[in-house]
Amino acid sequence: MNKLLKIYEVAPKVKKYVVHTPTVSKHCLPGQFVIVIVEEGGERVPFTICDYDRQAETITLLVQEVGYSTHKMAALKEGDSLYALVGPLGNATDLDQYENLVLVGGGIGCAVIYPQAKLRKQKGLKSNVIMGARTKDLLFDIDEFKANCENVFISTDDGSMGTKGFVTTVLQERIDAGDKIDCVLVVGPMIMMKNVSELTRKYNIPTVVSMNTIMVDGTGMCGGCRLTVGGETKYACVDGPEFDGHAVNFDEAMTRSKFYREHEQKCNLRG
Amino acid sequence: MNNSPRNKTKHQSAQERINNFEEVNLGFDDALMAEEASRCINCKNAPCRTGCPVGINIPAFIKCLTQNDKDGALEVISQSSLLPAICGRVCPQENQCEGKCIRKAKLGGSVAIGALERYVGDYGLKKGTGALKAPEWNGKKVAVVGSGPAGLACAADCALNGFKVTIFEAFHKAGGVLVYGIPEFRLPKEEVVEKEIDKLKALGVEIRLNTVIGKAITFEELQEEYDAIFIGTGAGLPMFMNIKGENLNGVSSANELLTRVNLMQAYKDDAITPVYCGKSVAVIGAGNVAMDAARTAKRIGGGEVYIIYRRGREEMPARAEEIEHAVEEGIKLVLLTNPVEILGNEGKVCGIKCVKMQLGEPDASGRRRPEPIEGSEFVIDVDQVVVALGTSPNPMIRKSCANMEFSKKGTIIVDEETMATSVEGIYSGGDAVTGAATVILAMGAGRKAAKAIIEKFSKE
Repeated sequence: MNKLLKIYEVAPKVKKYVVHTPTVSKHCLPGQFVIVIVEEGGERVPFTICDYDRQAETITLLVQEVGYSTHKMAALKEGDSLYALVGPLGNATDLDQYENLVLVGGGIGCAVIYPQAKLRKQKGLKSNVIMGARTKDLLFDIDEFKANCENVFISTDDGSMGTKGFVTTVLQERIDAGDKIDCVLVVGPMIMMKNVSELTRKYNIPTVVSMNTIMVDGTGMCGGCRLTVGGETKYACVDGPEFDGHAVNFDEAMTRSKFYREHEQKCNLRG
Repeated sequence: MNNSPRNKTKHQSAQERINNFEEVNLGFDDALMAEEASRCINCKNAPCRTGCPVGINIPAFIKCLTQNDKDGALEVISQSSLLPAICGRVCPQENQCEGKCIRKAKLGGSVAIGALERYVGDYGLKKGTGALKAPEWNGKKVAVVGSGPAGLACAADCALNGFKVTIFEAFHKAGGVLVYGIPEFRLPKEEVVEKEIDKLKALGVEIRLNTVIGKAITFEELQEEYDAIFIGTGAGLPMFMNIKGENLNGVSSANELLTRVNLMQAYKDDAITPVYCGKSVAVIGAGNVAMDAARTAKRIGGGEVYIIYRRGREEMPARAEEIEHAVEEGIKLVLLTNPVEILGNEGKVCGIKCVKMQLGEPDASGRRRPEPIEGSEFVIDVDQVVVALGTSPNPMIRKSCANMEFSKKGTIIVDEETMATSVEGIYSGGDAVTGAATVILAMGAGRKAAKAIIEKFSKE
């Protein structure tokens, strides 16, 4: 169980893992996540599901090496198994009512919007995608997006590919060009989701964000993932992870997500 | 009649124990056990039994102990409870069996039934699982959702009666609140909880970890494969007060603190999962979970720990022993006090603003209603706040079991006799039904459901 069937490096320090997990792959949907314990005694880390194959009984996770557990995960080889994997957790994306959906991905967040693009294509629904990264080496799966989306727009901070600037630069361009946009789904760093939400607010475009908060259990028990949405406390694990980007208190969420950073660095040294 | 006062169990001293996570109460040794057992006068009415949610034949097991017949005592308890080493440690005995003991008021105090039960339970654990084996399969299968006290009790009784039982647990360890909630210093995990669970495995119970029912496996799929289902998923989402500052860094639920420390073992030096240790900690609430959180904070942080409660000491809902232990460990009770705001600096907790309370007329619960005293606000300097005010039902079951009936509060509605839900073949018990309550009540509910399941299929 939880065997890593394939591992691909898609960008520096970013790997894609195809994991054999019959129970999770059977019912999971785009937008949901799993909790992984890499090895016995390790911490519980949430990862959003980036792809799934019900026949092959696999899900795909995209992991960037940033802390202790992801460092441990990067050391695993094909054929190794994860100590524990639980899911699918959280609620699935539910945006089928929107005809003109723009998917916005920042960095590894691009991987999270991919299954949504794929499922919409299967359902005969269109989507446009905006992919952003610091530089072109950090972009991946562009062909897969092209195969599933009407248009693929790209931005890089340094201009090494696509428009020089941020995803918001491209999104502003599309709005200015008169593209019909019914809804935006944006996944990426919190600051990017905040900036996209602020832009779309001006145009009253409904915007959904996926909140990657600190979590322990992922099933609604600890409350570590709580955030303020529209003035109310919500739990990312059971109420989300997707929320109305115009209602999320991003500043609070960003402060909360930094809470254990000191510990993370300590673990890095030890690991 | 033996007129001696109640014997006390041995304890680690407060000085010593605040620096470790080892068990505080060391129980009775053989001599103290014999002395205490001889205090039971074996009274005719045995009021203690009516105080026990699972109706253990208390005078009978104590009588065995007076004859040093430990196996006999174990057998008597086993007829009513499969987890005596746990219940002897965590039951609120003073409100149950011991609260009804005839010796309570005048004859030197109640017999220490809980400590005697624990003695027998520990004896049973030492004997191991050798004598246990799965009975012949009756051809029926039961799925138990959740491996906490309700699920374990239901699984045990079903397994003993020939059912093939599978327990599904969302976490990577079995035991529910026994492993994530109750701290090691009150309920040792390897020595007690794991061994109690090993007894179920010896009876042929299969435990599937890391499996969330309603997500990885739907209830419909379970219904196809199993003849009966028991839902013992526990209480759910931690409640907060909805006061300003609750989402500051340094504020957490007691569940989060306890899960990091107990389940993820963050108290150990080599732990991977981090836990924040404040130098000065306010715990809000006065139930058992609040005591566990406060005593945990004392051990990991070593600084000042305050328990803030809006009523008085008499009204504190925690077990008497836990309150005593907390006070011995230097934890300060700030009573008749209610938090009104958590103060922050650069996103981090730096204090808690409270108002003093006075007790007014009795409210619906019969307890005198606390009312704020105007102008009495004051601030306690703390850098961590832990909220232990109970839980509200987890929405996951509601979302995944559409045709089941739930109360307005969101708890599962059951028939009180059989614990049957509104869905044929699905039973439920424990905190998922009652809201946050005790281990023994959950076990009692699990056993009731098991009884109904067993009766249903014995008729067929």
